Amino acid sequence: MFERLKYWIWLASLDSMGPRKMNLLLDMFGDPLNLWHCSPDELKKISFLNENNLNQLADRKRREYSSACLEELKAKGIRVITIRDPEYPELLRHIYDPPAVLFVRGTLHCDEKMIAIVGSRKASAYGAKVAYTLAYKLSKAGFVIISGMAKGIDTQAHRGALEAGGRTVAVLGCGIDNVYPPENRGLAERIVQNGAVASEYLPGSKPMPYNFPARNRIISGMSLGTIVVEAGEKSGSLITAGYALDQGREVFAVPGNIDSMNSVGTNRLIKEGAKPVTDVKDVLEEFGITSDTRHCISGNERANRKATFFPPNLSDEEKILLKCLAEGRQHIDIIAAKCGMDSASISALLTMMELSGFVHQLPGKYFEIDEKLLF
Amino acid sequence: MQQGGDFLLSTVKSCALLGIDGRVVDVEVDISNGIPSFDIVGLGDAAVRESRERVRAAIKNSGFEYPVRRITVNLAPANLRKEGSSYDLAVAIGILYASGQLSGFDADKYMFVGELSLDGEIKPVNGALSMAACAQQNGIENLVLPVQNADEAAVVKGVNILPAGHILEVADHLQELNKITPHKVNSENLFSRFDPDAPDFADVKGQDIAKRALEVAASGGHNVLMVGPAGSGKTMLARRLPGILPSLTFEEAIEVTKIYSIAGLLPPGSSLITKRPFRNPHHTISAVGLTGGGKIPKPGEISLSHYGVLFLDELPEFGCEALEALRQPLEDGSVTVARLNASITYPARFMLLCAANPCKCGNYLSGSRECTCSPQSRSRYLGRLSAPLLDRIDIQIEISPVKYTELGCKKRAESSRAIRKRVEKAREIQLKRYRGTGIYSNSQLKPPMIDEFCVLDGAAAELLGKAFESLGLSARAHDRILKVARTIADLDESETIRTCHVAEAMQYRSLDRKLRDL
Repeated sequence: MFERLKYWIWLASLDSMGPRKMNLLLDMFGDPLNLWHCSPDELKKISFLNENNLNQLADRKRREYSSACLEELKAKGIRVITIRDPEYPELLRHIYDPPAVLFVRGTLHCDEKMIAIVGSRKASAYGAKVAYTLAYKLSKAGFVIISGMAKGIDTQAHRGALEAGGRTVAVLGCGIDNVYPPENRGLAERIVQNGAVASEYLPGSKPMPYNFPARNRIISGMSLGTIVVEAGEKSGSLITAGYALDQGREVFAVPGNIDSMNSVGTNRLIKEGAKPVTDVKDVLEEFGITSDTRHCISGNERANRKATFFPPNLSDEEKILLKCLAEGRQHIDIIAAKCGMDSASISALLTMMELSGFVHQLPGKYFEIDEKLLF
Repeated sequence: MQQGGDFLLSTVKSCALLGIDGRVVDVEVDISNGIPSFDIVGLGDAAVRESRERVRAAIKNSGFEYPVRRITVNLAPANLRKEGSSYDLAVAIGILYASGQLSGFDADKYMFVGELSLDGEIKPVNGALSMAACAQQNGIENLVLPVQNADEAAVVKGVNILPAGHILEVADHLQELNKITPHKVNSENLFSRFDPDAPDFADVKGQDIAKRALEVAASGGHNVLMVGPAGSGKTMLARRLPGILPSLTFEEAIEVTKIYSIAGLLPPGSSLITKRPFRNPHHTISAVGLTGGGKIPKPGEISLSHYGVLFLDELPEFGCEALEALRQPLEDGSVTVARLNASITYPARFMLLCAANPCKCGNYLSGSRECTCSPQSRSRYLGRLSAPLLDRIDIQIEISPVKYTELGCKKRAESSRAIRKRVEKAREIQLKRYRGTGIYSNSQLKPPMIDEFCVLDGAAAELLGKAFESLGLSARAHDRILKVARTIADLDESETIRTCHVAEAMQYRSLDRKLRDL
C-alpha cells in the first residue's frame, strides 16, 4: 500500500499536466505503477503528451523523492486519497476532470451529502450573516458544508457549520500544510477535527492565482449544489457556479439589493436561471427534504417565533429588550428609545444579555437576537 | 545710576521667557567715550540685535537726545539665550537713564517689557502674563508693558500693571509728571461670563450612546477614540466635549493663559482664558508641531490643549512620528523640549480625543453608501495605529449615522450644562479619593492603584471573568474596563463597582472585540 502510493505522488507532482491528461493516462495504464515502468519510447507514441510532459515524466522519476514526500506527509498527518480509493468522494469522481489525487487532513466520506456555500471575500455584513445562517441550518439538516476557506463568505460558511456541530470541508488552492489566508489557521484546525481540509496540490505548493479557479471545480464537483451568497461583477464564486452548471449540479443564488456591488453577480445568476434562496427551505426542497422542518421555518414563522420566544426566568427589562429586538437588528440608540431606557442602563443590559448568549453584537453598535436561540 | 568721570552706567529690569515661566533679565547699559557705536551682548537673537536700530530711532523721534558715544548693552544672565523684541523698551529706558535724561526713580522697582516702533510707540509682546507672574515672584512692584497686554497681565495680583502706548508716557510717569494709573481687571467677572456661542450637546439629536460615552470620558478624564463612517457626527460631538468638562479653576486658567500668551495666541482684548481649550490640528502636523519646540521654542498643540481637549480627526492619517511623540506627554502631563543650552518644559495635561473612519473609503457601516475597501485594507487601516498609543485610550466608541427620525421619540436632548453638573460631581468624588496620591482622576490609575481603588463586588468580578472567556476581549482591555467602570460607579455615586458598571464599561471597548462581521 505504502509502496503503491509513491507512484501516485509521483503522478501528482507532474504539474505540467492537467487533470484531464492524467485521467487519460490512468485510463490507458490502469495504475501509475504501469506508467512508471513504461519506456520513454512507448510514451512518445501517446499523442496528447507534449515535450514538456515527457520531460517531466522522466525527470520526476525519483523514487527517493516520492518516499521522502510520503514520510513528510505521514509526519504531518496528511493522507493521500487516490481516485481509485473507495474513500474518494463519489460525486467528484464523475466530473469531467477529477483530480487524480487528493491530499486530505481530517476525514472524508465518499457518500456525504455536500452543499457548497461560496461567495465574495469582500463580504458585506448581510452576506456574512446569510452565509453563516444558511450553513448553520443546512448543517443542522444533515448536510456537509463545503467551501474554500477564503476570507468573507467562505469563512462564515465554515463557521456556521462548525457552530451547528456539523461537518464541513475546505478545499484549498495551495498545499494543505500551507493555510491561506494565514488568519484562518485556527479555523483550519477546527475543520480538520470536524471534517476535512483537502487539496489536489502537493503539500508545500504556493497559493498561485491560477490554482483557485481549478480548485473551484472540486468544490462544486463534490457537492450536490452550490449556493452563491454574494458575488461581485467578476467574482471567483461565479466560476464555481459555472462549474456546477457544467457538472450538472444545482446552482442557487442569494438575492441582494440591486444597487449593491456585492450582489451584482448573484442577481445576474438568478436572472440567468439560478434558483433564488430566500430561506433554507428553498435549498432543501430541491433535494426533496421536507420532513425535518425544525430547522427550516419560513420567514414569517421566524418572525413569530422571535416575538413569542422567551427563554425562561427573564426579568421584565430583558423581556422588553428581546421583544424590541424581535423586529430585527437595531442600533443601540434605537433600542434604548424603544425600551424607554437610558444609554447607561441599556449598555449594561445588552452586555449581560450578550454574555448569556441571547443577543449578538454587530459592528457599529448594532444588536440582534442570536439566531441559534430560535431553533 | 552711577556717574563718575567719563562713564555712565545703569541697570533696568526686563524679562525673558523659559518655557511658560518668566525670568528676570538685567539690562545693563554702559555709555562711555570712544568711537560712537551701539552693541548688545548677552546671547540675543537677530531680533534682539536689530533692537539697536529701533531703540536709536525711537529715542531720537520722541524728542530725546541719542548719545553719540560708545554704548554697550548687556543682557544678564549672559548665558541665557534671549529672543524677540520685548527688550526694546528696557534698553531705551536704560540708555535714557544712563545718559541722565531720566532720573529720580528706583529702577529696581520697575520691570519694562515692550517692542518699540521707530516713532517711539510701544507694541505688544508675547508672554505678558508669565512676565507679570515673574515680576510678582521677584518682588518687583511695577510692570510697564504695552497697552494691548495690560488685560492679561492684570490678572496677576500684587504687581502694578502700568500700560503705556508710547515711550514718552513711560518717561512722564517715571519723572512723576503724569502718572499712569495701574490697570485692574476683575477676574471673578471673567469666569461668570456666559458664552452663548459655545456648542451645546442639546444641538445634537440622537447619538445617545456616544454622548453617554463622552460623559463618562469627561468624568474620569479618559482618552477617547471614536470610530465611525464619514458624516456620522464625530466632529460635531468632539466640539462639544470641552463644554461638559468641569469649569477651569483660577489657577488652571492662569496656566492656560500663560501658554497662549507665550504662543502669541491670546485673543485681543481678553485677559484670561476661562474656557477649556479645544485644539483641532490638521493631520499633516509634524511631531514638533504637536509637542512644541523648534528653533524659537513655542508650545505645541498638546500644550495649547493643556487642561482642555486635543482632538485628532482622521487619526490614522497622522504621521507615525507625530503620534508616537504623544506617548510620553500622555503619561507625564508635560513635555520637555531639549534645546541647545536649556531644556524647556511645557505643561501638557490634556484629554486626547481621536476620531477615525472605520476604513479607507470611510463608508464601511455607513448604511447609505457602499464600502469599496477589501477586507485586508479594512483591517490594515485601523491596524496602523500603534498598540502603545491605543493602550493610552480607555474608551472606544463606535459612531453610527442614526437618523434622528428613526428614534421615533421627540425627547429633548440634554444640555451640556446638565451633563457638566454630573461630571463635576464625579470629579469631586475622585479628587477626594485620590487626595495625597499624586493623581486626580481615574484615568491616571496605574496597576497597583487599580487593585486598591477599583474594588469589584463579587458578581461584578464574576461577570468580568466570564466576559473575557466569551466575548474575546483582549487582555489589555482588562485594566481599561476597570478604570472606566470606576468612573461609571463614581457617576452613580457608588463606592464599590457593581455588575451594571462593569457591564456598561464593556460596551466602550468594542474595538477589542472580534465581532463576527468585521
